[in-house]
Amino acid sequence: MKSAFSSKTIALAVTALAGLPLALSGCGSGSATAGSGGSVTEISVVDYYNNEPDKTIIGDTLAACGTKAGVTIKRETVPGKSLIAKVLQQASSKTLPDVLMLDNPDLQQIAGTGALAPLSDFKISTDNYPEGILSAGTYKDKVYGLAPTVNTIALFYNKDLLAKAGVTPPKTWDELKAAAAQLTSGGQYGLAFNANATYEGTWQFLPVMWSNGGDEKNIATPETTEALQLWTDLVKSRSVSSSALNWTQADVKDQFLARKAAMMVNGPWQIPSLGKDASLQYGVVNIPVKDADQTAVGPLGGEVWTVPQTGNKARQAKAAEIVSCMNSDENQLAMAKSRNTIPSKTSLADTFAAENPKLATFTELVKTARARTGQLGEEWPGQAQKIYTAIQTALTDKAAPADALKQAQGQ
Amino acid sequence: MSATVELTRRQPASLPPGTGNSRRLNRRWNHRRRERLYQWMFLVPAVAYLALFFGYPVAKNVIMGFQEYSTSTFYTGEAPWVGLQNYVTVVTSSLFTTSLVNTALFTAGSIAGQFVIGLALAVFFKRKFPLNGVLRSLLLLPWLLPLIVSSAVWRWILDKDSGALNNFLGGLGIIDTGVPWLTSTSLALAAVVGVNIWIGIPFNVTVLYGGLQDIPDELYEAASLDGATGWRAFQHVTWPMLRPVVSVVLVLGVVYTLKVLDIILGLTNGGPANSTQTVATQSYALSFQEFKFGEGAAMGNILVLISLVFAVLYLRANRRAVDE
Repeated sequence: MKSAFSSKTIALAVTALAGLPLALSGCGSGSATAGSGGSVTEISVVDYYNNEPDKTIIGDTLAACGTKAGVTIKRETVPGKSLIAKVLQQASSKTLPDVLMLDNPDLQQIAGTGALAPLSDFKISTDNYPEGILSAGTYKDKVYGLAPTVNTIALFYNKDLLAKAGVTPPKTWDELKAAAAQLTSGGQYGLAFNANATYEGTWQFLPVMWSNGGDEKNIATPETTEALQLWTDLVKSRSVSSSALNWTQADVKDQFLARKAAMMVNGPWQIPSLGKDASLQYGVVNIPVKDADQTAVGPLGGEVWTVPQTGNKARQAKAAEIVSCMNSDENQLAMAKSRNTIPSKTSLADTFAAENPKLATFTELVKTARARTGQLGEEWPGQAQKIYTAIQTALTDKAAPADALKQAQGQ
Repeated sequence: MSATVELTRRQPASLPPGTGNSRRLNRRWNHRRRERLYQWMFLVPAVAYLALFFGYPVAKNVIMGFQEYSTSTFYTGEAPWVGLQNYVTVVTSSLFTTSLVNTALFTAGSIAGQFVIGLALAVFFKRKFPLNGVLRSLLLLPWLLPLIVSSAVWRWILDKDSGALNNFLGGLGIIDTGVPWLTSTSLALAAVVGVNIWIGIPFNVTVLYGGLQDIPDELYEAASLDGATGWRAFQHVTWPMLRPVVSVVLVLGVVYTLKVLDIILGLTNGGPANSTQTVATQSYALSFQEFKFGEGAAMGNILVLISLVFAVLYLRANRRAVDE
């Protein structure tokens, strides 16, 4: 008798326990799966443009595209760092949004899970896009995401400081080393870049590595060693502060703004902050290459728009309309201009460069820029980690560049 | 036993013997059952909470450690069983020893610093002097700041070229060139330990100060009559009386410090060249940067095991404290 009661109560407890997760997961299911068939009136969108001015620019463009497609946009912006966690959570609870924005190096990772629909299903044209950005949006020969605008990094220089030192913007590695040394005096360093222990450190190193013929699949090669030797020389000769080991790209920009660095490696998204300092005269050139006849190859940045597999064909079709509209020529030009990025379509480059001279260098660079995941796809995060580990090992003098790369590659 | 005795004694004489007794006995049983039910019902919320928010994640993490859990798993739900493969991979990784040594150094350094400074401050604040209360509450500030804020501020303070610390030391003439606090492989771990000590002092002071308050003043009076003042009073009165609190502070400190993640991520992100990489940061990097959730879980489980050893020590110390 006594045991009957306790078993009943245990049963009660178990029911309560079983019920709780159900109740919790019930809260999570959104409207994304609701309303199969019928007319679609609302499209949900998730992106990470949670800061101004991007938030409004993207929001307005999305809203205009929604109006054109006859739907209202229900948009959610999440901080960049938590986007992937959010997407994975939504993927497991089958509550993915109708339209999803992803940072381009993450696309293959997410496409690999099967959560995205190939854009060819919706007859979205991929013509006129350069190889680089298409390869970032491609997983197993199918295009899953398109970026309206892209970016890359280049060399910013302070015109006044260079003129004062009688230095012209460097084009080759030797010129870069000489210029950086000449521009270093007192509290001022010749150059600032970011070599921190994150993907940002890898990203900033890729231009010298790729331009010299380095390959991300195997970093223990003479080409990559030479590139790492350049980075090491610059830090060892104190032309670059060893603080670079812990700087973010925003810190690099701050050093440049504070005139503590005469040149910096950075991207066009810093242009608004640089513009706030009226007395700062700066120019932008390609990141120097080893020999003058080499082509500058930068890494491609930017976000792609995708259509997740929500299981509702009508909604997916509408979502595809939105993605297609975000990538229209007019929207590419307008968003690139207002966000200081570059329209992805090659056919728009000349018009854009003519209208936005300060972005001309970047416009030229993105034509040859490569996607980080172009070769390695889902393997990229692991290899990117090896690259920044090698950079840090060499810059802290724990090993010579060749050994640092060999160690990291073998990890 | 006593209930039966009571029942027999209270049994009215008019009722036939036996029947009433058993009915009352039955009612008594019902009553006890109901009481037991209520007891269970009061327990259910706590048990449910623990099972859901502690039991489930721990069990899930243990299982994940034996699975190949990737990004696809989230969509397809498929996580192939790989046995001990994840553990083999993380333990044989060249970074594992580095992480383990760094974790040990980080924990030992942090605890030693926090405890010694915390105890010194607690003893200091036991004396009565003006502004004692104000100063003591100011001391809690590091505890109140979000860790990500503290680490961002410390990153600026410790910057080689324009950091406040190097400016200060340079102004005093102690150093000529900037010390690369966070960018030298030999200094970074020490700098991170230093920041963690700063963060941990309030906890140590608060708990130890509470312990000191419980030591009766008479003991000090008696000790001083016997000639024990100052250091000797600390040695023979304060320390023995404080020991139960000390063991609790130390063990809790170790468990809290082992899992420190945000401070390291905020200050160095494990760099330069992995010199501040710990088991916790490794686990984070594996799961959330490389998306190898299985290996990340395996690394996390190793950390849980280490913590568990100290948690058991804590429970034993605690029981001894209660016994005393």
